[in-house]
Formats: sequence, C-alpha cells, structure tokens
Amino acid sequence: MSVSISKIFQKKKSAILELWIQNQLKDEGLREDLISNDELRASSEELIETLVSTVKESNINDVNSDDFEPVLEILAGISMTRARQGFSPRETGLFVMSLKEAILTILQEEIKDDPTALFAESMKLIRLIDHFSVITFETFIKGREEVILRQTDEIAEISTPVIRVWDGILALPIIGTLDSARTQVVMENLLQEIVDTGSSIAILDISGVPAVDSLVAQHIIKTVSATRLMGAECVISGIRPEIAQTVVHLGIDLSTIITKASLASALKYAFTLLKLEVRKTPKEKTSLL
Amino acid sequence: MVISLSKDVMRILKDHDVVPFRNRVKEKAVKIKMGLVNQTKLITAASELVRNMLKYANGGDALIEVVSKGRENGVRLTFKDKGPGITDLSLAMKDGYSTGKSLGLGLPGTKRLVSEFDIKSEPGKGTTVTIIKWANG
Amino acid sequence: MDRIPILRMGPFLLVTIQVDLYDRLALTLETDLVQMVNKTGAKGVLIDISAVEIVDSFMGRIIGNIASMSKILDAETVVVGMQPAVAITLIELGLPLKGVHTALNVERGMQLLNTMIDLDDDTDDEETDD
Repeated sequence: MSVSISKIFQKKKSAILELWIQNQLKDEGLREDLISNDELRASSEELIETLVSTVKESNINDVNSDDFEPVLEILAGISMTRARQGFSPRETGLFVMSLKEAILTILQEEIKDDPTALFAESMKLIRLIDHFSVITFETFIKGREEVILRQTDEIAEISTPVIRVWDGILALPIIGTLDSARTQVVMENLLQEIVDTGSSIAILDISGVPAVDSLVAQHIIKTVSATRLMGAECVISGIRPEIAQTVVHLGIDLSTIITKASLASALKYAFTLLKLEVRKTPKEKTSLL
Repeated sequence: MVISLSKDVMRILKDHDVVPFRNRVKEKAVKIKMGLVNQTKLITAASELVRNMLKYANGGDALIEVVSKGRENGVRLTFKDKGPGITDLSLAMKDGYSTGKSLGLGLPGTKRLVSEFDIKSEPGKGTTVTIIKWANG
Repeated sequence: MDRIPILRMGPFLLVTIQVDLYDRLALTLETDLVQMVNKTGAKGVLIDISAVEIVDSFMGRIIGNIASMSKILDAETVVVGMQPAVAITLIELGLPLKGVHTALNVERGMQLLNTMIDLDDDTDDEETDD
C-alpha cells in the first residue's frame, strides 16, 4: 500500500491544526504577553492551509522546490514580526518544531500497520520541516540584525553632538570608540557645520575616546587640514596621556596640529584667536549717601 | 564577481568634452545613491584622468559603467588611449607628496580618491586606466 | 565669447566662479584679472568658489597662477566658500594650493585682506621711519 503524505495532510488537516495549537498552548514558553491566543490560532491556520495546499508527492523530496515559496513567505513574515516584538529565537523556533511533532503524531496514527512506510514518510517530512525551521531562524536573525543596525545609527547620531559654544566657535565632544568609518562621518559633519554656522573655529574634544590607531589619527590630521583649507581652524582637545604615548610610538607627526589638554583651554585659545577677552565684572561702587 | 549593469562610451578629443563627460559620471553616481563626498572624489579622479589623456595622448575613449559586486553598487570608469604610454609605471605611481616631486600625472593622488585603481601601459602603444568607486566608498 | 565677470569692491576685486572652467575660459580669466589688478591698483583678489563642486589639479593650477600673478602686482588672493566635499577631496588628492589664503565667505575674506593690508602698511611705515 503506497502512502501519500499529501493525501494524509488533506484528510487530517483540522486534526493536525488542533493538535498543533494544543501543543503550543501547553508549552511553558508560550508568550501570552506578546501574542494572544487568537493571533496564535490565526497564524497557525494560515501556515497549515498553505502547507497543505503546496505539499505534493512530486515536491516532498525537494526542499528547495519553488512550490514552497508561499510557505517560506509566511514563515519569513512570522519570524520577522516575532524578532521585532522581542520573542527569543527558541520561542520562534518552537512554533515550527511543534508543528512537526503534531504532524508526526498524526502520521503515526495513520500508518500504524507499516513501520517501514511510516519511517520513510516520517523522514521525508522531517527533512522538509527542518528546512523550514532553518529558514525561520535565518529570517529571525535578519530581523534582529535590522534592529541592531537601526540602533547603531541612533547611537552614532547621539554620540557626536555639535555644540555652538559661542558665536563662531563650535565644540564637538566625541564619545566612544572612533573607528575609520565613524571618523569620516565626524569629519564630514564637522565641515558641514562650519559652513552652516559660519564658525571659524571648531574644537574636537576626544576625552571620551579610549584609543586612537594610526588610521584614525590620519583621518583627524586630514580633518584639520580640510578645515584650514576652507578658511577655518580646528583644535583638538582632551587627548588622553595613553593616546599621546601611542601617537608618538606610532611615529605620527602631530606638530602641525593645535592640541590643548582640555576643552576649557581650547575654548580660551579660541577666544584669543577671535580677539575676545573674559573679564570679571567690576565691583559695584557703594554710594555714601 | 563584478557585474556590469550599464555601459556608456564617450570619445574625449578636446577640452570641451571634459565637462559633458563629468556630468555623465555624476548622473551615474547619483543614480546609485552615492554620497556627496564620494561623488566629488570620483568625479575629481575622473577629471584628472581625462585631462591626462588629453594632455599626453591627444584624447581617447572613456567607458562609463555602473557595476555591482554582491550587494554593493559602484561606478567603473575605463580610460583608454593610444598615446606614447608610460615607460616607468612604478615611478609614475610613486607618491611625490612628501618630496614635492612626482611625474606630474597626479596618479598617486587620484588612486587615493577611488576604491580600486588599475593601470596598464605599453610604451608606444597606449595606456588603459580603470577605476572603480563603490557607492559606500 | 564667455567671460567670467570681475567685480570691484573698494580696494578689492571679486571673482565668482559659477561655471565649469575650461581651458580658454580659464586663460581669459587670468588675463582679465591681471589686467584689472594693474588698472585699478587693487590690493586684494577674492575668488568665490562656493558654487564650484569639483576642484581638480587644473583648477588648482589656475587658482595658484592667479595668486602668484596678483602677488607680483602687490595684491593678495583669498579663496572663499570652499565646499566641504571639495576640501576633503583636495586633502586626499594632495593638492598644495600654495600661496593661497582661504576664508569661509566673502565677508571674512575681506576682513582677512584688510588685516593683511594693515600689516603691510605697518611694515612700510617702519621702513620709512628714520
């Protein structure tokens, strides 16, 4: 007697669905806070419907068949959404794996007289569903990576503020590691801000930067040169002693760059360049009347 | 594997041909959403190379291609001339930045502006320079 | 024929470059500028490149030439309005732009020229002191 999984699927569709949903609800890892039972039922139904309509004898051995496109689409959608909602990989993976259990259970009931056939059909099924599981995981990871990328962008924005400390003086305190890519972004921002605000002096404070390698140092030197080429000046402040040491050991020549120990001294220097003075206000003369 | 997505050939024979060429390069760069700084670097490099071709070889052909490598898109420019060629390529590519001396072709500087740079030259036959600038540098 | 207009602003001359310079246009500019510096006795030349998107070595040479020629005629040259992308590219290209002063805009450029002229006048005075 030849057995056909696709026929069993058609026949036992609702049984499989119910068993599957039961399995999911029983599982301790169920996130009732993140997904309602109705939503769970809806997505389970959708997947079963699509799976049943696409699985045929002709493609059950071909996990890469184009026929399974609709299934993959649904799985990808579920996976992405769950990644964004904060489900763990395990919780998302369990969705597909509990389906496998449900189908295998039903298969066992249907083919109980023929162990060889049961084994053969079970293997076909397992191969197929495992393939779907892997895809689900891959999509989940992609979803998470998008979150990470978005957060990286946000961090990049926050960590390079441009402050107008005075008319014509900009301060850029940089926080965190400076890599080659970030330094280029900082450089472009700095130069654009100089143009937009008409500032003649920019103070780049790197006291929040733990280390600088020779590539970053080159970029900083280029930034200063570009600023001067545009007709403004760029002062570097807040260089940590460790960085000073590294720079000299690396043989990097900073002699053409104006460096100040702190943002405060850089600001003082900027005032001098602009011919500005900060004085104490004279004491009020008391009237003798 | 670098795949060519579009091809455009322009004959550069006189000074007046430089600007339309630069504009065409800019068009392609903008199309693949290249940032302003990278655009400027690419077009400046293209300008240098095209002027070299006019000055030393009486002109030549410039091939403008939009290419892709995996997920990255870029612009590839190939400058082919039938000029005198360069006898000492290594000397031409030597960075005269620190010594103030260079062969006057501005090649080391141009190379710094692009992602990939290749030059082939045969004295008496001609020179071919190929550069690629990826959209993200 | 195309010509780049040269404006007179007090003791200074202002050139605003808004089109792509090709050989003949650049040569005409050099000639016109040098003639005008001589004719007006200008003490300074301002080259406004705020509309210029690409500065290659050709353009760099023109600017350098203008600066050198003007200097011979006792005028200082200030290039104003360089775009950030241009500045970054020039540094990478390694273009020296020797003898050329720069400022953010025309206003600052004029301030700079005035300062340089004042210094010149001071040294002149010292020399004539007996």
